[in-house]
Amino acid sequence: MIRHLLSAADLDRDTATLLLDTARQLGQALTGREVKKLPTLRGRTVVNLFYEDSTRTRVSFETAAKRLSADVVNFSAKGSSVSKGESLKDTAWTLQAMGADAVVIRHPASGASHRLAGWVDGSVLNAGDGTHEHPTQALLDAYTMRERMGRLDGLRVTIVGDVLHSRVARSNVLLLRTLGADVTLVAPPTLLPVGVETWPARISYDFDAILPKTDVVMMLRVQRERMTDSFFPSVREYSRRYGLDLRRAALLPDDALVMHPGPMVRGMEIAPEVADSARSAIVEQVANGVLVRMAALYLLLSGEKGAE
Amino acid sequence: MVERAHNTPGPSRELLSDADIGRVVDRIAHQILEKTRGARDVTLLGIPTRGVPLAVRLAERIRSFEGVEVPHGALDVTLYRDDLRLRGARPLGPTSVPAGGIDGRRVILVDDVLYSGRTVRAALNALYDIGRPLQVQLAVLVDRGHRELPIRADYVGKNIPTAHSEKVSVLLRETDERDAVVLHGGDL
Amino acid sequence: MNSWLIQNASIVGRETADIAIENGVVTEVGTGLTAPEGARVLDATGLIALPGLVDLHTHLREPGREDAETVESGSRAAALGGYTAVCAMANTSPVADTAGVVEQVWRLGRDAGLVDVQPIGAVTVGLKGEHMAELGAMADSAANVRIFSDDGFCVADPKMMRRALEYVKAFDGVIAQHAEEPALTAGAQMHEGEFSSQLGLAGWPAVAEEAIIARDCLLTGHVGSRLHVCHVSTAGSVEILRWAKSKGWRVTAEVCPHHLLLTDERATTYDPVNKVNPPLRTDTDIEALRAGLAEGVIDVVATDHAPHSSEDKDCEWAAARPGMLGLQTALSIVVKTMVEPGLLDWDGVAERMSRRPARIAGLDGHGLDPAPGVPANLTLIDPAASWTVVPNELASLSRNTPYAQMTFPATVRATFLRGEATVLEGKAQK
Ligand SMILES: [Zn+2]
Repeated sequence: MIRHLLSAADLDRDTATLLLDTARQLGQALTGREVKKLPTLRGRTVVNLFYEDSTRTRVSFETAAKRLSADVVNFSAKGSSVSKGESLKDTAWTLQAMGADAVVIRHPASGASHRLAGWVDGSVLNAGDGTHEHPTQALLDAYTMRERMGRLDGLRVTIVGDVLHSRVARSNVLLLRTLGADVTLVAPPTLLPVGVETWPARISYDFDAILPKTDVVMMLRVQRERMTDSFFPSVREYSRRYGLDLRRAALLPDDALVMHPGPMVRGMEIAPEVADSARSAIVEQVANGVLVRMAALYLLLSGEKGAE
Repeated sequence: MVERAHNTPGPSRELLSDADIGRVVDRIAHQILEKTRGARDVTLLGIPTRGVPLAVRLAERIRSFEGVEVPHGALDVTLYRDDLRLRGARPLGPTSVPAGGIDGRRVILVDDVLYSGRTVRAALNALYDIGRPLQVQLAVLVDRGHRELPIRADYVGKNIPTAHSEKVSVLLRETDERDAVVLHGGDL
Repeated sequence: MNSWLIQNASIVGRETADIAIENGVVTEVGTGLTAPEGARVLDATGLIALPGLVDLHTHLREPGREDAETVESGSRAAALGGYTAVCAMANTSPVADTAGVVEQVWRLGRDAGLVDVQPIGAVTVGLKGEHMAELGAMADSAANVRIFSDDGFCVADPKMMRRALEYVKAFDGVIAQHAEEPALTAGAQMHEGEFSSQLGLAGWPAVAEEAIIARDCLLTGHVGSRLHVCHVSTAGSVEILRWAKSKGWRVTAEVCPHHLLLTDERATTYDPVNKVNPPLRTDTDIEALRAGLAEGVIDVVATDHAPHSSEDKDCEWAAARPGMLGLQTALSIVVKTMVEPGLLDWDGVAERMSRRPARIAGLDGHGLDPAPGVPANLTLIDPAASWTVVPNELASLSRNTPYAQMTFPATVRATFLRGEATVLEGKAQK
């Protein structure tokens, strides 16, 4: 088993499949129980090190760790030495001294989790680093797709929006490809990185043409600030060309799934009616998030002493 | 405690044949009916991997002998093991608790081999996180001795004295090619 | 002790001869020479004598960041690297934008006495690109400044660049441009391409360098001045320079050793020791830069030696400051990337690391092959030796070398500054 989870590229097909299967079995093991807690990681310490506000992700990791009986320490950028300018390396040494078995890190700088992994003995889980990756989000997306669609192999997934700045897109492209899905990216050319042609994904600027050939459409959040930086002329033009409105949603096959990693900008990248019809998937993604994070913690931490 | 026959080097000896296992399962099913006075409040939970098909077989026998439908399922204990840090992460087995749960039920845990007792210890902990059974019993196909915990089985298919250096493999049609119990290694 | 008899050295890789040095000046080059009065004798059998190397692009960090490097520690690294003169970039704190600061740096260099430290003056006050610094006062100062550069920043405003190019004609100055269009590199972290797209690091596109080089070549041709292009890093830049030179414009250019050897794939570790500005580029760029250097389109190799303290490198990639150590590894990397593949001979190395840079910088006593009457600024190279880079063993106060644990050909055995041995047997003499 791997020691850290920094990038979706760390997961080969077998490991990724094992992770998703484990998440599923954890779900079964916890279904209908009185005690929503397993003793697996008793006595282990999981540190949540969050340099960005993300209550959703932090609570998801915290719940996952607690369901496995780990001790959880939350180290948030606010109200700790982190905000007083302590360097990431100094913080790493503090965590090392605490004996952290795993560190879950969310950081605004791409690669911060890679740096941390070089400075601590415990496992590092990347909970989002800058515009690089967010592998557990991709795992939960893949998990949700597999549960809903019954397979990932050959599944046609279309990811739409600000790919350039999206860590979710990077992780999803890598993981979905590993698991055999066909990924198409749809975005204005300004929001695709130079070099995207080397990614294992197809590129399209024609959303309408892609929709009928799509099993899962994932709408990425587009921040309004991108408009002021000339990535596109106006919100109106963006949503007209790349938004998922009712007319476009009708072009999808009947059983297609609409996903959004959230938080949504309703009316911009997704029409409220479409968002609400897709809502069930968005709600189950929360529960699935806890399961895949439990699976990741279980596989990274219980393997520590025995496996290389 | 499951070991794969084809991975184990050294001499091996078949202790139970296909037919033997059929008879042993029949006998355990009869004993359950007798000891639980008709098995009306019994729930069978197999411990993966090979305890699960054994639980299914027992339920089938009980139904064919007495026409009683015994709820059965699977209880994975991996997450309750005390040796995870030593042995490394392993894939989880399935867990499925029959509808109606286990509260007030006479739960019979089913496993293939009883050895140190640690698996059963983990299973008891797992069970009490799921609910509150009336009673818990244990059925195993083989008891090979060497207990490390104060645990004993209520139903034993066959007692097989072994050395630590030996390995006992249970093969079942549902997971392997055939039914057999095989002893490997040691000084045969 | 400025008198020597260096025996059996290969003169710039050619014939084997002895070099007699008296009072800091070469008196004779020939076979079977007798030692001058009071001279020490050095057996240089198997070694190559080169004119002392000259670096057009060194960051010595003093004044301001003496924790990262001082004029003295940087001078020592330079001498160990075979250099006898370095041009100190202006982006110190305070900025070298007045006669006072450039004279301070010049004096510190003279006091250290390991290499000649030639200060470069800032083009604009505080490197801010708004007001021209007192270029004439710096030229007239004791430091005798001839190269002006806002390096670290680009003189982005075309009008400012034009004026600076024109103004320095009065004292035969040259503007050394850090070519980077700032509007195209806001927040840039690494070369824009395959790896930046994967790593989620903002891209530094090749065109941001090429657009400025093209513009500045045109301006230079228009006003008839001298332009020097710092740290050329892309294949496109080489093409533009080839074109500008074909016009007869007075444009020179430098390439850094790291751009001849390392690619942007280095960023995949996110270790900021690989972060540099301009960034590491691709194999295609490396090939074009090597060819351009061999051809002479790129005139010189300059180190862009940029020491940084550990807190500026032991951090997140985006938080790290760009730059790498270069003085002690430059010659070996040129041997590895240019001499070993047959792109340059030793004369070519002398031309690109000593003679041309000395002429561009106007350093009269440097860049001269050993010959009677020439100041004894020399370095002796063992071309057959190899060495492994151990960061803690480098003379710089900083440790930000991307070459840790890499093994390179060629070692510097001795360096002489006006006949005084600054390095002997590979060890600094002060
Ligand atoms: Zn520069």
